[in-house]
Amino acid sequence: MREKKKKNLIDIKDLSVKEIDDLIKVANDIIEHKEKYSHKCDGKILATLFFEPSTRTRLSFESAMLRLGGKVLGFSDSASSSTTKGETLADTVCVVSGYADIIVMRHPKEGAPVVASKRSLVPIINAGDGGHNHPTQTLTDLLTISREKGRLDNLTIGLCGDLKFGRTIHSLITAMSRYKNIKFILISPDELKLPEYVITEVLEKNHIEYIETNSMEEYMNELDVLYMTRVQKERFLNEAEYVRLKDYYILDKSKLETAKEDLCILHPLPRVNEISTEIDDDKRAKYFEQAYNGVYIRMALILKLLEVL
Amino acid sequence: MVVEAIKNGYVIDHITVGNAIKIYHLLGLDNIDCEVALISYVKSKKMGRKDLLKIGKLIDIVFDKIAVIDPDITINIVKNSKIIEKKQLEIPEKLINVGICNNPRCITSSERNLDQIFHLVDRKNKIYRCHYCEAILENSKIA
Repeated sequence: MREKKKKNLIDIKDLSVKEIDDLIKVANDIIEHKEKYSHKCDGKILATLFFEPSTRTRLSFESAMLRLGGKVLGFSDSASSSTTKGETLADTVCVVSGYADIIVMRHPKEGAPVVASKRSLVPIINAGDGGHNHPTQTLTDLLTISREKGRLDNLTIGLCGDLKFGRTIHSLITAMSRYKNIKFILISPDELKLPEYVITEVLEKNHIEYIETNSMEEYMNELDVLYMTRVQKERFLNEAEYVRLKDYYILDKSKLETAKEDLCILHPLPRVNEISTEIDDDKRAKYFEQAYNGVYIRMALILKLLEVL
Repeated sequence: MVVEAIKNGYVIDHITVGNAIKIYHLLGLDNIDCEVALISYVKSKKMGRKDLLKIGKLIDIVFDKIAVIDPDITINIVKNSKIIEKKQLEIPEKLINVGICNNPRCITSSERNLDQIFHLVDRKNKIYRCHYCEAILENSKIA
C-alpha cells in the first residue's frame, strides 16, 4: 500500500496567506508561459468524483489536468457511481484513490470531503460540498482580483445577492479577511442576509469593517470590486420564496452610473438574470476572465498537491 | 424537605436552577429501576439557589453529556454510604457520539458508520460545531 499523503484542500482556511500568494504567483506564471507546464503531470491521473452535477467546475478541473499533460477519469453524477448500490462514500474514495494520483470531488452533503480525506491515499480537492465550502472558486476569485486590481489589500468589496446560502461568498469573506484594510458592503434582501455566525466569527473577530444594505446603488461609487451571485433555486425549500427573490437585483448600465472606472465586476457563474447581458461588453465586466482564471489556479493547485513543481 | 441519604449512587450537586430536569431526561432517569430524587430551587450558600439530583444506583454515566448542559456541577460518587469521589466537570473540547448534527445536509445524515464529532468553538457560550459541516450543535440534539 502506498504511503498516505497528507495534503488536501477541503476549506480555504487550509491554506495560509503565503500559500495562497504562492499559488497566485504560479498561476500567473502558467498564464505567461503555458508551454513550460504542459508536461508537468505526464503519467499522472486526476479522478473527478462528481456526486452532484457541475459541468463548469468539472470541465475546469479536467482542462487543468489535461493542460498539465495528465489524464482524467471519473463520473459526473452519483447515478453513475456505486453510491446507487449503497456503497459508502468512504469506501468509494478508498477504492478510487488506488486508481488515481489526485481526487477532485463534489458532493451534495456538507462535510463529505472531510470523510473522503480521512480514507483517501491521495490528495483530495473539495470542488464543493453542499452550501458549505468551495475553496477553488475562492482561489479563482483571489487570482482574478489580484490580476485586475494588482493587490489583495486596501479594497472595498461589494457582495450582492444571496449572502445567506452563497458558499462562495462565505469563503471569499473568510479569505479576504486575512488581508489588510478590507471593507465589505453586504448587499442583500433581508431574507438572504449574511448569516450571523459569519459576521461574528469572521468579520467582527478580525475587526473587518462592513455595512449591510438592501440597496445596490447606495455604495456603488465606493466599490473596487462588485461580486454578484445567483439566487440558487436548489438551496430553497419553498419554491414561492425562490420566485419572489430570484430577480431582486439585476445589474444593468443604469446601476453602474456612479461606479468607478476601474471597478471589477465578478460572478462565480452560471448567471441567470442578475447581470444584464448589456454589461458583458463593459470593460469592468471580468466574470468571463474569472472563469478562464479558474483553470490556471487549479493547475497551480494540482501541481502543489502533487508536489511536482 | 427531607430526602433519604443514598447507599450507592450519585449526588449531582450545584446544578443551575432549571437544569436538573434536563439532566434527568438526558440520562434517561425515567427509565431506570432505582430511586431518583430531583429537588429544585434548593437554598445554596455558593449559588443562592440550585437544583440537586440523587440517583440510588451506580449507573453508567457519560459525564461529557452533563458537562455540555451544565459544566459547573459537582458529582459525588457514593459507595456504601460514603462519598468516594467528588468529580468536578469541565466543558469538553471535543464531543464524540454525544450529540447529533441537526443539519439535514450534513454527511452524517447519510454516511454509515460515522462518529458524530463536535468541537468546542466558543467556551464562554458553550458553542460546539460539527466536525464535518460546522453546523452548531443544538442542546436539544444532545442524546
